[in-house]
Amino acid sequence: MKKFWQSGEPFIWLAGAALATGLIMVIGLVLLIMINGLGFFWPKEVVRLKLADGQTIIGQVTEREKIPQPEDSRPDSPSYRIKIKQGNRPINSADFVWVDEPQIVDRKTPSNIVVIERREWGNFYGVIKEVKEGGKTIAEGPGAGWNSLQERLPEARRLLDEIRRIEKKDIGSINFAQEQIRLQQKKLELNGITGGPEFDKLETRMSVLQASYEQHESRMNELKQKLTAAVTVSIADGQEHEVPLAQIVRAFQPNQMGMFAKTGFYLAKIWEFVADDPRESNTEGGVFPAIFGTIMMVLIMSVLVTPLGVLAALYLREYAKQGPVVSMVRIAVNNLAGVPSIVFGVFGVGFFIYFVGGSIDRMFFPESLPTPTFGTGGILWASLTLALMTVPVVIVATEEGLAAVPRGMREASLALGATKFETTWRVVLPAVMPSILTGLILAMARAAGEVAPLMITGVVKLAPALPVDGNWPFFHFERKFMHLGFHIYDVGFQSPNVDAARPMVYSTALLLLLIVVLLNLAAITLRNRLRKKYATSAV
Amino acid sequence: MQPQPFETIPPNFMESSRSTTMLLQRLVEPAPRMGDPIVKVSFASALATRERTARPAAEVAAALDKMEAKRLSFYYGTKQALFEVSVRIPARCVTALIGPSGCGKSTFLRTLNRMNDVIDDVRIDGKIYLDNQDIYDPRVDVFELRKRVGMVFQKSNPFPKSTFENVAYGPRIAGMRNRSLLAETVEHSLVRAALWDEVKDRLNDSAMNLSGGQQQRLCIARALATNPEVLLMDEPASALDPASTARIEDLIFELKERYTIVIVTHNMQQAARVSDQTAFFYQGRLIEVGPTNDMFTRPKERQTEDYITGRFG
Repeated sequence: MKKFWQSGEPFIWLAGAALATGLIMVIGLVLLIMINGLGFFWPKEVVRLKLADGQTIIGQVTEREKIPQPEDSRPDSPSYRIKIKQGNRPINSADFVWVDEPQIVDRKTPSNIVVIERREWGNFYGVIKEVKEGGKTIAEGPGAGWNSLQERLPEARRLLDEIRRIEKKDIGSINFAQEQIRLQQKKLELNGITGGPEFDKLETRMSVLQASYEQHESRMNELKQKLTAAVTVSIADGQEHEVPLAQIVRAFQPNQMGMFAKTGFYLAKIWEFVADDPRESNTEGGVFPAIFGTIMMVLIMSVLVTPLGVLAALYLREYAKQGPVVSMVRIAVNNLAGVPSIVFGVFGVGFFIYFVGGSIDRMFFPESLPTPTFGTGGILWASLTLALMTVPVVIVATEEGLAAVPRGMREASLALGATKFETTWRVVLPAVMPSILTGLILAMARAAGEVAPLMITGVVKLAPALPVDGNWPFFHFERKFMHLGFHIYDVGFQSPNVDAARPMVYSTALLLLLIVVLLNLAAITLRNRLRKKYATSAV
Repeated sequence: MQPQPFETIPPNFMESSRSTTMLLQRLVEPAPRMGDPIVKVSFASALATRERTARPAAEVAAALDKMEAKRLSFYYGTKQALFEVSVRIPARCVTALIGPSGCGKSTFLRTLNRMNDVIDDVRIDGKIYLDNQDIYDPRVDVFELRKRVGMVFQKSNPFPKSTFENVAYGPRIAGMRNRSLLAETVEHSLVRAALWDEVKDRLNDSAMNLSGGQQQRLCIARALATNPEVLLMDEPASALDPASTARIEDLIFELKERYTIVIVTHNMQQAARVSDQTAFFYQGRLIEVGPTNDMFTRPKERQTEDYITGRFG
């Protein structure tokens, strides 16, 4: 027995078990997120339920669970209930409804039921009655109505896209330019100029823009006039309801779709999720602005944190005289990594936003005060805050790399007449590049997943515009932005329609994981290439 | 300096750094025995090989002093590593520094191009002259000095860059920007280091892919690229196999036509083969210095004789 313990066998088993536990937890988490997140986009079949009380419900089954405390409690045969997404708001007050299975008298999946995704109020379930255009009936009945709807939808979508383009791009940039002129005028006024050629020039430019704006607006109204088609749908209780085509994102008949059609639909939904703007207070549509914001923030942070961390590490390791002071600085830096992130957030608000941002506003943007420009949360301040939070990681990794650079390499450079700076710049720094990237990988992983400090330094639920657009100077670092981590929190816990939003939590989490993995893979590839290039062989 | 009795020599005297090459040579050549005229026997072949290339003692004595150390003492903190070393280094000759580990020969070598300056808490007394100018004079630019006095280290230490960039490093530091001039310098240096033919087709490959011997010759080429006057070599062949060692030694014969060379070696055979003048260091003191032939056949000091015959260590 003693020999058995001494052999170390139990220890190996213990170590293996620890690793296995960790792996199982990670794989389980990823699987849970994947199943829930990816299943959400699959077009589920639509059921028509007749209940014992005569009520009819049309919708998609989203969940089934045991009734926790049934009224007629018979533990031997537990009864179940299902959650139906019945949609049709605002006719139905709630998007989702629970139905006890014993109450169901009849359950059918009629093939002519159509699901219409609307731009507002969510899904609409029913049977097509007729399609109208300009008040005239064009097609009647479910079959003909469906075909005519399919014919008309692409045209409607094209018109809508054009309207949206005019609204976002043309009118957006006119608004931007007008705002700039307004600010310039105010600047002149602040300098005591209320007339003269400069002022008049701005006035003329303003009126030119206004004319252009009106032109675009009339064009938009013209386009809107063309969108007169609507589809009449009879819903579960027999009522008829009209849905304008301008309101329809897509319409589909899940009960008629084959595997192939469903897969196509599924991919289209995933693409929408990744590439579109959110709708309906983030519970529908996509998360593109959040993806964009997350990646941009991480990149800005990387650009800020790398030089800061590397220079600090270089000073600590190469130039500072090693002693108690340097040791204390090093301990302090390491401890900085353990400070709760919200504390960094508070510091970001207090120092970056109010002090630095406020000073920038007073110095460079007095014309827009009291509306703050930089004196409020924005992507720059959020990135800076996170850079501060992750700088210890980069410092520690770089220092370790510096310690591993062989002394012989430095001496070789010095012996060739290079100064210490030349040695550091041309020999040491390239050799520690892989270590710097290791630090950066850790920093990026931490920054991408961080939420708390972002909530108070610039992340919002819905940002009106991306931090990068076509208006000069193209990068708007003062803008607020969306972030996947915050998006998860928002749709999961702050949504007015929690049932509809909850699957989005998983999808968004999956996406965030993917982005972190991709960013890391990019950095790791780069690091391995550098390692190969700067590999120090042991001869 | 009184000759010390054999018994006082510490047991760890030759410890680990004694090279395997030397052990091998001991196996090949007859082991020396007390009282034998072994000196002549064991070094006869080594001294014979140098007949071709060695400068006669008279020529060495007549050569100009390229460098000279005068009463040089060196301290690491409070520990004194060199005790009033005075030695002249004749121009275009090979001076070998021999002695057991920790005897101060490497420290002495590193004072010649002020490489010890990078170590904290060192102190130096005495003078070192390069062309009659004191190199520890505050007005001397240490970086210029190191361009004039190049160095090759024990462990080959090429930069993790391409072969070309390794050799071009020194000229670039010195401010050479012209591509064709750089290429010319690199080729010239590689030719002189007898490496050109082996690497000319893969100048842009990483220097780390070269063999150990090639790497060391690359380090020599790199040191030559700054066009130094003196070349310091700190056991340049101790980590190499016999064939590579032979190539390095051949190279040293060729290089001394242009450069003044100071070489630290643990390998007495090597010292006997390549050098024109030999200096024996022991416990931080210079025990004896003289023409190599004399050192290995008629050493003046008892300690020198004991050391080169392998009687201690």
